[in-house]
Amino acid sequence: MSETRVSIHSDADIIAARRMGRELAEGVGFSGSELTIIATAISEIARNIIEYAGNGEIVVRQTQQGTRRGILVIARDRGPGIPDIELAMQDGYSTSKGIGLGLPGSRRLMDEFEVDSTVGKGTTVTMKKWVA
Amino acid sequence: MRVPILKQGHYLIASIQSALTDADLLQLRDDLAEMAGKYRSYGIIVDVTALDVMDSFAVRTLRAIAHILKMRGARTVIVGIQPEVAIAMVQMGLTLGDTFTALDLEEGLELLESGRDRRE
Repeated sequence: MSETRVSIHSDADIIAARRMGRELAEGVGFSGSELTIIATAISEIARNIIEYAGNGEIVVRQTQQGTRRGILVIARDRGPGIPDIELAMQDGYSTSKGIGLGLPGSRRLMDEFEVDSTVGKGTTVTMKKWVA
Repeated sequence: MRVPILKQGHYLIASIQSALTDADLLQLRDDLAEMAGKYRSYGIIVDVTALDVMDSFAVRTLRAIAHILKMRGARTVIVGIQPEVAIAMVQMGLTLGDTFTALDLEEGLELLESGRDRRE
């Protein structure tokens, strides 16, 4: 199964991450608007890494569950962590200059979405989308 | 990459050529705010046909551009949002608010010419 990873250090890396996500998703069998949806979700979580942690990485790989094929995206950082995940998942809540749509927006774009965060240690966002 | 901005009569046309970083988008905002005054423009078109992703930062910046230029006495029209991009934006919950939009450059120019109201 193919896997790619991109280090996220600057806003240019956000573009690189969503581009490689789109390419991999295309190989998995996603089409048209689904590719754009996946690329947009990657863009949001990559920007969260820049805004809150400064740097981190995004891993994208093909995944399978029974006969279903899909894409798995993992965004990892060793930033400050999220003290209240429930609050962070609310529309419009932001502690940065953003509009607070990054996490809730990405969740709406993907099929599965999970945030694992420890204050002082970092945050991992895991999201999946299945080929329709 | 800096977005080329073309002056055409009283209009400015910014045609985005490829994916833009956050810094590029902010540069476009500043360039348009300045040029609109310098050339006394009253209509601005931002052509986003080349954007394959419009995430929350891009949408927020485009909305800001429209509001800033309104304060400078100009009307902004966003043209060329691709169908897949529109679908992703709506699914995510992003809106352009009261920003004017048109299908393509031609329609955008027509909208500026007629001054007719085609808000979202």
